[in-house]
Amino acid sequence: MTYAADVGALARKDLLLELRARDTLPAMLLFVVATFVVFHFALPAHSSQLAASGLLWVAILFTALLGLGRAFVPEREQRVLDGLVLAPCDRSAIWLAKSLATLAFLAAAELVALPVFALFFHGLGGATVAGVVLADLGICAVGTFLGAMAVVTRARDLLLPLLFLPLAIPIVVGGVGASVAGSPGRYLGFLALYDVLFAVLCWASFEYVVTE
Amino acid sequence: MEAVSRQYRVPLPALAAASLVLVTLALALIFFVAPNDADQGFSQRIFYFHVSIAFTAYACFAGGAWKALVHLWKRDPLADLESYVAVHQGLIFGTLVLVTGSIWAKISWGHWWLWSEDQLVLFLVLFLFYAAYFMLRFSVDPGPQRANLSAVYALFGVVLIPVSFLAIRIAKSFIHPIVFTRHGPNFGGWILATYCVAQAALLVLAYTLYRVELSGKRIDVRLRELSLA
Repeated sequence: MTYAADVGALARKDLLLELRARDTLPAMLLFVVATFVVFHFALPAHSSQLAASGLLWVAILFTALLGLGRAFVPEREQRVLDGLVLAPCDRSAIWLAKSLATLAFLAAAELVALPVFALFFHGLGGATVAGVVLADLGICAVGTFLGAMAVVTRARDLLLPLLFLPLAIPIVVGGVGASVAGSPGRYLGFLALYDVLFAVLCWASFEYVVTE
Repeated sequence: MEAVSRQYRVPLPALAAASLVLVTLALALIFFVAPNDADQGFSQRIFYFHVSIAFTAYACFAGGAWKALVHLWKRDPLADLESYVAVHQGLIFGTLVLVTGSIWAKISWGHWWLWSEDQLVLFLVLFLFYAAYFMLRFSVDPGPQRANLSAVYALFGVVLIPVSFLAIRIAKSFIHPIVFTRHGPNFGGWILATYCVAQAALLVLAYTLYRVELSGKRIDVRLRELSLA
């Protein structure tokens, strides 16, 4: 089998699991909408639209974290990861497939979340949507990688946010910049740079996370 | 288990003596020889500590990442512990950067914390990142898997440093005094000499502390193996 076929098969497995069990996506949707309602009451009256734009990024980050925390749970509970590592395919395919599946969940959650945000707070520009797309790539690439790390530790779910949030700070900078700045080009470029750098790093080093 | 020690060219007592001499010399230069800053007066002398500690912290993180790469690449059995100790030293010096930077900010600008101070914010991000490194490391049982996870995470650090720096730079206004410009250091004479000595002193001190901690950790590992054997 080729690399692409391996990735496709693994990603399809995750999507199929989600389609049957419906573990993650409904939780992400409910969480992000509930977060918006909390933000509405957290923002004092007459606070600027800029504040709401910033909070959108907090909501996206935490929603993604919710999905990422679940990403490797089936592998851990059924000890599937051992089988995947033994399978005659490149180990980075496991990371890529899981990232794509997580990306699909996150994108699906945002398809609902962004219109809800526009309804509750204010309309979103094209630059914000482009920023969200670019940020999703980085969030899923890095988050899936760290999720695979966290799942083998004793602390498990506790560890993922600690590992992920310092690495997500540049994403927030780029995303908020793209949402609020007059000329979002440099922020979008920065997000793209982040995506490329960390995707290459994750792709090259995933092997060491799952093997000894 | 293979050998748990490495032969070093410079013995530890010589290193300790060298760091004592250099640190004393640096302190003497900083407090008695270097001229007062025309603008900030006496308080500007914290610059010699702050900047050299920051550079030393970067050097420690870079050393930790290099040893992590050596571990993943050449499967050197000693590199994992060396990488960990270097990152540990880096975190200690990084905390000192936050403390000295905060003091300097209070004296120069009247606030203990300034979000517009790029270096300080960057070190806060790095502090959070490397603190998580320790959470990760102590959450996995000792063995090849822990070594791999630590090494990979340490490598993420060297990518995160420039990316975060860029992020903070494009996000914030820039009021940090620039002493190093593209045209070389923006000062001369005794100030430059004092800075160089302080920098050398802290680098040697950091390396000495690294070696001390490393030898202690290696004795620990050897004792564990003996008690298991």
